[in-house]
Amino acid sequence: MKNVLTVATNTFREAVRDRVLYNLVFFALLMMGAAILVGQISIGIESSVIVSLGLTAISVIGIFIAIFIGVGLVSKEMDKRTLYALLAKPVQRWEFLLGKFFGLVMTLTVNTAAMAVGLFVALWTVKHSLTGSDVYILVAVYLIVLKLALLVGLALLFSCFTTPFLAILFSAGIYVAGVFAQNLRTMQAVDINPATLRMLKGVSYVLPNFENFNVMGTVAHGGVVPGALVWHATLYGVIYSAVVLAGAAAIFSRRNLK
Amino acid sequence: MSTPAIETENLSKEYPFGFLNLKTKKSLENLTMRVETGEVFGFLGPNGAGKSTTIKLLMRLIFPTSGTARIQGKSIDDVRMHQNIGYLPEQPYFYDYLTATEVLDYFARFHNLSAGDRRERVAKMLQKVGLETAKKIQLRKYSKGMLQRVGLAQAILHDPEVVVLDEPMSGLDPLGRREVRDIILELKHAGKTVLFSTHILTDAEMLCDRVGVIVGGKLRGVGTPGEMVGIQTQGMEILFELHGELQKAPLLARAARTGERYRVQIPESELYGAIDELKAAGARILSVSQVKPNLEEFFMNLVEADRAQANAIDVSGK
Repeated sequence: MKNVLTVATNTFREAVRDRVLYNLVFFALLMMGAAILVGQISIGIESSVIVSLGLTAISVIGIFIAIFIGVGLVSKEMDKRTLYALLAKPVQRWEFLLGKFFGLVMTLTVNTAAMAVGLFVALWTVKHSLTGSDVYILVAVYLIVLKLALLVGLALLFSCFTTPFLAILFSAGIYVAGVFAQNLRTMQAVDINPATLRMLKGVSYVLPNFENFNVMGTVAHGGVVPGALVWHATLYGVIYSAVVLAGAAAIFSRRNLK
Repeated sequence: MSTPAIETENLSKEYPFGFLNLKTKKSLENLTMRVETGEVFGFLGPNGAGKSTTIKLLMRLIFPTSGTARIQGKSIDDVRMHQNIGYLPEQPYFYDYLTATEVLDYFARFHNLSAGDRRERVAKMLQKVGLETAKKIQLRKYSKGMLQRVGLAQAILHDPEVVVLDEPMSGLDPLGRREVRDIILELKHAGKTVLFSTHILTDAEMLCDRVGVIVGGKLRGVGTPGEMVGIQTQGMEILFELHGELQKAPLLARAARTGERYRVQIPESELYGAIDELKAAGARILSVSQVKPNLEEFFMNLVEADRAQANAIDVSGK
């Protein structure tokens, strides 16, 4: 695990030095603007609007970073050939891959945590107080991080066997399809062939169900997130990510470099 | 017989190409060779001959289509074996957001060195490759030659027994090339095994105990530089100066002129007669030396033979 940690730390350092965390400035400006505007235009639902906007921004920014940086984690190293000297060291290829994964997840966690702090500051500015139910915002943020980790895993998997452009398309495509996985599962349509319906249902179970990680609506309206849901989502995220990473490692372990 | 430092057996690599990757191109064909422990082995060949392919196979950056390779008696698939290997990639490139100190420290961490050891070795290596004054500059600001030095430093940082260098002189100025040559000789004196690829033949002649010549993916010969080119002399060469007007001696008509100096090649049996003739013409003889075929001629003959063979196959194929 020492090698994984070494690669992960370096990946985090790369993200910081490549100014990936500069998106926080954008988020801070968005939250400041929202706090000022919301106070003027929405009566009684200020906190709901701020939480909804903040969580959505955290999720969208994270998705962009997870896909675009995630795809480049391995492909950039292969293109620039920085990987050559590293793989000649006593490092297994899966250790390198896991290190890259954890490095970006570490970056996303720090980024998301900083944005969560910004969200709380904006909320305080609007409400001048925080209530007990606001703790569920942290649960929503935690589930967003889990979702982003899974997305990084998918981006890594695709970048192991295809071009960066296609890997971005595949990752984004799977994400969009995964958001609607629940709808596919419960779809009732009279004008679709039953066999096609069964196939779609099957596909919906294979696709990552990203709605498992979405409690933004509940939290924005001051609702409670059950502990069982959090455990279920955690287990789902960890197992799905592990399977995806195992697939990526299997492909990458036999990949010829240029 | 002792275990060789590097050993390959029928090592081959084919690359798929064309529509649906249905065709294959042989990049390396049945390479069988041994590099003995403690020797400096030069791997010679023109661009695209298969030198880098062989090295990448040894470093498990690519995987063989068939055949096996062992380093210090262990299969190259055994990742622990890399604890004792240093590798400089061709035209190396490193994380450009790191400084030289940071990148060396990063690589050192994979070799189970303590923090103190890492600090000490990194400082020593930076001094050895002449980057001490640039150690705090990010690599994005480094020249090609400086990156080559960083590459060399990371390859020998952990004091490996076997050092594999892919085109180590590439991108270096004459001073840098001399420093690399000195480092290779230093490694040899320390009992390390060095395998390096090059197409600069004078470097190979100067440094190698043995060389292997690879052309068109096939190993064409292995031996000492002397064995490779033969030991018979091809005649004698006389270097002389001649001031004033050119005399009408027959020998002078055959001489090549550079400024006031002349160079002429003659059969060994005619040496003393030629010297008398030159003295009579008022020439000042500067040196007399044996003419031997050099590695470059040997190398060029092989390359040309390979091209002729490829052309013959091409023509008969048509």
